[in-house]
Amino acid sequence: MNVIEIKSLTKIYNGGEVKVKAVNGIDINFKQGEFTAVVGPSGSGKTTFLNMLGGLDRPTSGEVIIGGVNVWGLSSRQLIDFRMNNIGFVFQSYNLIPVLTAGENVEFIMQLQGKPKKERDLRTKELLEAVGIGDRIKSRPSKLSGGQQQRVAVARALASKPEFILADEPTANLDSSSTTSLLELMSQMNKKFNTTFIFATHDQRVMDKARRIVTIEDGKILSDEYFDRE
Amino acid sequence: MKLIIIAWRNLWRKPWRTVITSGSIFFGVLLSAFMTSMQYGSYESMISNVVKFYSGYLQLFTEEYHENKTINNTFILNDSIKSILDNEKGITHYTKRLEYFSLASSDEITKGSVIIGVDPSGENEVTGLKKWVKEGTYLDNNSNGVLVATDLAKYLQVGVGDTIVLYGQGYHGVMAAGVYPIKGILKFPSPELNKQFIYMTLNESQELFSAQNRLSSIVIMVEDNYHLPPVLKNLKREIKSPYMIRSWAELQPELVQMIDGDRAGGYFMKSLLYIIITFGILGTILMMVSERKRELGVMIAIGLQRSKLSIILFFETLFIGIIGAITGLAVSIPICYYYFKNPIPLTGDAASTMVNMGIEPFMYFSMQPDVFYTQAFIVFIITILISIYPVVKSYTLGLTSSLRA
Ligand SMILES: Nc1ncnc2c1ncn2[C@@H]1O[C@H](COP(=O)(O)OP(=O)(O)O)[C@@H](O)[C@H]1O
Ligand SMILES: [Mg+2]
Repeated sequence: MNVIEIKSLTKIYNGGEVKVKAVNGIDINFKQGEFTAVVGPSGSGKTTFLNMLGGLDRPTSGEVIIGGVNVWGLSSRQLIDFRMNNIGFVFQSYNLIPVLTAGENVEFIMQLQGKPKKERDLRTKELLEAVGIGDRIKSRPSKLSGGQQQRVAVARALASKPEFILADEPTANLDSSSTTSLLELMSQMNKKFNTTFIFATHDQRVMDKARRIVTIEDGKILSDEYFDRE
Repeated sequence: MKLIIIAWRNLWRKPWRTVITSGSIFFGVLLSAFMTSMQYGSYESMISNVVKFYSGYLQLFTEEYHENKTINNTFILNDSIKSILDNEKGITHYTKRLEYFSLASSDEITKGSVIIGVDPSGENEVTGLKKWVKEGTYLDNNSNGVLVATDLAKYLQVGVGDTIVLYGQGYHGVMAAGVYPIKGILKFPSPELNKQFIYMTLNESQELFSAQNRLSSIVIMVEDNYHLPPVLKNLKREIKSPYMIRSWAELQPELVQMIDGDRAGGYFMKSLLYIIITFGILGTILMMVSERKRELGVMIAIGLQRSKLSIILFFETLFIGIIGAITGLAVSIPICYYYFKNPIPLTGDAASTMVNMGIEPFMYFSMQPDVFYTQAFIVFIITILISIYPVVKSYTLGLTSSLRA
């Protein structure tokens, strides 16, 4: 079953005189439970691609269909709710709401979804324990290391029980041991909850963990390969 | 709700900035409330000076008397007017007067003066005349005699126990003349009053002017100026020609003008103050939004509706206003109350000017509720206006640009 179907997705930026084709006609599908790295040099269009896929950046043309829904056919209000319920986001940095504790950050999205308190508390605890920082539930983000913050971000992304999680260079600001353990964590979560992960990176260590690697250059798919890993 | 908690916590990310911004509102409210309380206090004292010394809050007289204040335009109180006055609940007291000009002479000196015939106890209830008796005794209905204002007595070189002669014209041109022992000397805080007034009982004055049972006016009191409008409205409706009713403000248009002028000056100062404060807060809010663009973008990305984001930002602005307004009121109310209870005595030129104008030389403060809630209301309006910016911003924030920031 395809979770995501993408048809001739294109994004053209009007940078004054020159038009930049940041993403240039991408066709690709993603299946439930995939663990995919989108790789390519800086400026190749990874962020633009992920943003269109995640309902953040409107494509110039093409379609994004998630669970049968044509994402860019939704109204902007519907789109926000759609993101909340279907997509988990992990950004490069400053993912968390600074005035909320780790626990509250995870809980926040479930609150937006209108989940009952008991369920929220239980799931918050469960997720923070799963990402290995159950003991920091009451800490504000500023009291956590970069690696810990990204773990909370992963927990938050999982909290809404999304179809898939998009992570744009989630390890770019992490040292190598934090990078390895975050990757380990994402891979674990992928297996544990069977949640689809799509992450952009140009970090070789991150690519090495991926079971599918999509290489982009100049807004086009250069290669799309599957790997068996344990 | 969680959004409001987030807003509250956001305020304290940079505690000093919030303290300073709210502090500017605090000082604005404090200054403005203090100034307004002082202004209102001085108006109240001016009004009550005029009203309680002499004019009363309201006066009833005939339309002819209003045009031409002669003894011929006086009236006889009838039962229908009396029942209107007795039935109006807002009236605390009323008293009858007969007033006319006459010459007053001692042995060698003669001077024009104003004769006021009053009901001794009624007049005292309304204007507290008795407390201005400096020497001698107050009027009573059983003995004849007059009270002479101090400067007039000095001018005529008379004192308690002496006699003065009053003569002039009475009702319908009848000759008015009489000799009166001086029962007491009056010393008012107003020099104007001190120069010309002679008080006697109503009966004696009616006799002097051959105006049996006639009155020039009825002086009416209400609780205070704030209780005046409904009473005025009722009486104006019920009192019909040839009688008419006039408020102190209609009787003293110059005073009203002076107060209005001063009030306008106050409005200008306070507007300026609040405009400066508004820009100060606006600056803070602009910063609070622009330095958090990425964070706001992330919140929308993960599923926070823009309407909810706007609630967070709105409350941040509102809280700044509320903190400033509440602390400002919390400090200004007791300060104004203290000075309300203990008016500041004035000295020097200012004081003597005020004495000359017939005003007691004190700086009075008012505790009228609107002195204070007006400030709260203005701050609220300012906050609402300023919050337009973050609210609009939360609807227009570009997602990808803020996420890339
Ligand atoms: N808002 C924008 N306006 C104009 N050009 C843009 C904008 N955002 C991205 N680009 C351009 O689009 C191309 C792809 O950028 P991006 O998707 O960020 O690549 P990557 O994430 O792979 O580094 C780049 O050439 C970049 O300069
Ligand atoms: Mg990028």
